[in-house]
Parts: sequence; C-alpha cells; structure tokens
Amino acid sequence: MTAHVLLIEDEPNIAEAIRFILMRDGLKVSTHSSGADAIEAVRSTQPDLLILDLMLPGMSGFDILSALRADPQTEDLPVLMLTAKGQVRDRAAAERAGVDAFMSKPFSNTEMLASVRALVPR
Amino acid sequence: MPMTALTGSRVRERRLQLGLRQADLARSAGISASYLNLIEHNRRRIGDEVLGRLARALKIEAQTLSAGAEWVLVEDLRAAAASGGDEQPELDRVEDFVGRFPGWARMLAAQHRRLGLLERTVTALNDRLTHDTHLSQALHEVLSAVSAVRSTAAILAETEDIDPDWRARFHANIHTDSERLAVGAEALVAYLDAAAEDEEQGLAAPQEEVEGWLAARGWHLAELEEPGGRALLEPELEGLASAAGRAMARDWILRAEADAAVMPLDAFRAAIRAEGDPLLVARRFGVGVLAVFRRMATLPGALAGLVICDGSGTLVFRKPPEGFLLPRFGAACPLWPLFEALAHPMSPVEAVIEPAARARRSYRARAFCEPRHPAGFSGPELREAGMLIEPAVPDPSFEPRPVGTSCRICPRAGCPARREPSILLEGS
Repeated sequence: MTAHVLLIEDEPNIAEAIRFILMRDGLKVSTHSSGADAIEAVRSTQPDLLILDLMLPGMSGFDILSALRADPQTEDLPVLMLTAKGQVRDRAAAERAGVDAFMSKPFSNTEMLASVRALVPR
Repeated sequence: MPMTALTGSRVRERRLQLGLRQADLARSAGISASYLNLIEHNRRRIGDEVLGRLARALKIEAQTLSAGAEWVLVEDLRAAAASGGDEQPELDRVEDFVGRFPGWARMLAAQHRRLGLLERTVTALNDRLTHDTHLSQALHEVLSAVSAVRSTAAILAETEDIDPDWRARFHANIHTDSERLAVGAEALVAYLDAAAEDEEQGLAAPQEEVEGWLAARGWHLAELEEPGGRALLEPELEGLASAAGRAMARDWILRAEADAAVMPLDAFRAAIRAEGDPLLVARRFGVGVLAVFRRMATLPGALAGLVICDGSGTLVFRKPPEGFLLPRFGAACPLWPLFEALAHPMSPVEAVIEPAARARRSYRARAFCEPRHPAGFSGPELREAGMLIEPAVPDPSFEPRPVGTSCRICPRAGCPARREPSILLEGS
C-alpha cells in the first residue's frame, strides 16, 4: 500500500516542491494551506505522516499539534514540523507538545526525503 | 552612578558669591559667555588652563574648584565597584587611589560609564530581536523564499527526466520567488540601516538625555513664559539624539507651558513669598501641588531639586539639588518621603532628611502624590508623586531622617529598609 503524506504549508511554491520530491519517491501526497481547518483535513485524509509548518495563517502549527496529540485517533500520528532557522524557543515548545522530527527552512531535498523515509511505515 | 555637583557648579556657586555676572567672569577669564554657561552647567569639561584662569578671576585656588570633580570621581569608582560582582577592589583605599593615580582612576570611571551604556545597548538590541515583529516578519519572508528557491532549483538540477510541464512550472516558481527574495532582502537591508542609525546616535537613556538638556538650560525654559514660545524650542529639540528623548522633552515642554500659563512668573513669585507653602500656592492658583513643585524647581536659578516618580516608584524626572546624589540607574532609597507620599495620595508629607554623604547636609523634603483616573471609574488609577528637595536651615534640636541614594552605594549600616548589601559595607 502506498503511504499517504499530508502536507500543511501555506507557501504554495514550497508545498509544490515538497509534493514533487515525495511523489517521485513513490508516496501519495495531499496538500493543505490553511491552519484554521487543518485538524479537519487530518481527520478526513487519515495520513500516515503529517508534515506541518509552524507558522500558518489561522492557527499555529504548535496549536494544531497539541490538538492532534489530545485526540486518541491522532495521538500516534508521526509529525514532521517545518520551522524557520533559529526558532529555538518554538522548537522547544513543539518538542514538549510531542513532535517526532524537525526540518529547518531552508532545507535540502535530500534531508527532507531522509526524514520522511524515517517516519513513514513501509 | 550618582549625579552630583561638579566643577562647573562650583564655578557658578563662587561667581554668585562674588556677585559677578556670567559676562563679567567670562571677560576676565578670557572665554566666551556662552562657553562659560556650558561650563557652569557641567556641559563641558574644563581644561587645566581655563580652570586656572577661572580660579584667578574668582580669586580662589584652582584645586578648590576641581576638588569637587575628584569627589565625583570617587563616587563613580564606588559605583563601578558596585557593579564589579565578586571581584571587589580595596574600597577603603579609593581616595588614595584617586590621589596617586588620577589618570587610571579617570579611565576606570570612564570605562564604567561606557560599560553601562553598552549594557543598555545590548538590552535594547536583545529587545529588538525578541520583540520586533517587523524584523521577524522580514526574516521569515526571506527564509520562505530561500527555501522555495533552494528546493525547486535542486529539483530542476537533479531530476534528469523531468516532465516539461513540471519544468515550466518550477521555472516560473523560481522566477516569482527570486523576485520576492529581492524585495524581502531590500526591506531587510533598509530596516537594518535604519536600526544602525539609531545606534550611532547612542542608546543613552532618553530620560537622561532630556535631563541633560534641561540642566544645560538651567532647568528654566524662558521661551515658555510668552504665548507661542513652544515653537521656539522646536529647533533645539531636534538636537536631541533619540526620538524617544524628543518625545519625552515635548511632553515636559507641554506641561511646563501649561504651568507657566496658569502661574505667570511674577504672580507665582509673589504667591510663594506670601504663602511659602506649595499646597497653599496650589490652592491660590487652582492647580495641582505637583504643578507648583515643577514651577518652583524650574524658576530661574532655583536651588530646589525635584524628583517625580510614577506608581511603580520609577523615577521619571530628576533635578538633583546641590550636594544630594540621585540614583542614575535603578531604584532609589525606600526611605525617601516621596514613597510615603506615593502610598498616601493627596496627603502632604514633609521631612528633614540627611543623605549619606561625608559633608553632612540636611534638606527639607516635601512630597505629594496625585492620583489620576484617565478612563474614569472603569479604568486604572495612575499615581504620580513628586518630592521637592531644598537645602534646610540646620536645626540642632531636631534629628533629621537619615536617607540614602540607592542601597548598593549606601554606607548606612543596620538600615531597616536595606534591600541589598552595600558595597561600602561588605567585608567590613
């Protein structure tokens, strides 16, 4: 079965690049660009991995993560969080909220692939 | 670091004793009257040569004039020691040090002042990085564009069999992102340029800047005695380095202008002579007591000092009276009548106080606190307290209240109000 990745990222060009890399690697990718209804998107897509940007319009990635961890249906969902370089405090807060891995922007495509492969069950 | 009387103040004191006008003294010392004015308000350092000429014209030893400066140096070094942490120098020998190595002592004091300035700069820059939403937005914008460009460019470079449609899309994306990057980088550079300009102008506390300006003006703004005089001060304000300093100076000017309008100079002097009491003078003019304090302390040649604090006890205005040290940074002595008044709004508090200085001088302090409710019943209460400090006539039958400047540099042992150990008592 093809693993399914949900990408929540408000920058369309970053989202497009990530989508392309992951699709080339044989993954199924859905994208979503708003924070406000992100939790609904996760529930309806039921992905195997969530890639979540920290700074989203509507709701921060941090709040989304906390909500997901509080719900038994999504508490074990692997989450890869995208942060900007230097957001040390935000990263510490996200770690406490139960993030599985981080990816700092600007990332290299190889790093991105390696992180995703490590988190997706194959 | 304490503020105190300097050599310039001694020159002024001596000149007034002799009944000389500034112009007379300036002529006999061979300097311009405006330069002398700057010297008298401690706005210019006096070289040995000019000091000698002034001393001759004032029929006084040059050393007597500069002895004050040495005392200031001693106080500065004490303050430096206070911030020295565990490395405590031999405080009991500080005068010896100043006497034997005046050059080293001056350098140390100057470095201490510089250190204070740098610490403020670091704090300000830190604040800017942590709280500046404009900067973090600009950085985020640039980082996002860089991320998109980096990923997209790598795809184009590394994917040999890329579909022409995808390739066209990625080319277009790189194009828009590089445009965005250019705009973002430009905004960032413009922002950092503006920030660098602020720093060049120095991050001396704006309040100090305003007080320095008022001190140089002799604390009295004669322009405000005439209607429309405020506009005449505007060019001078432009000379203040920071925007915050200019804004604070404008606030002060607005208040001083309003004070001058309701309490014209002659009528005010007459009222002071007739009533002698700020509370009664306030009643006569139908104004607040703090307005009378401000007017009293800023009359031409007024000897009275004035401190004003807000509800948190932070000193927001400091005019040091002769011989009374006021803290330049940090909190003041909790024994000041000012803080009693702050706790009891609208009740006058009067006390004779003696600061902890070698020259034992006592001062008459009168303090008053006025609460304000700018948003009515539903809003917060804002308090402002002022303390007028005037030289007191010595009265041997009355024991003055011992007070200090700030705990760290206060030598009073066994003080019940002490909040931190004094460097002048440690180890002794």
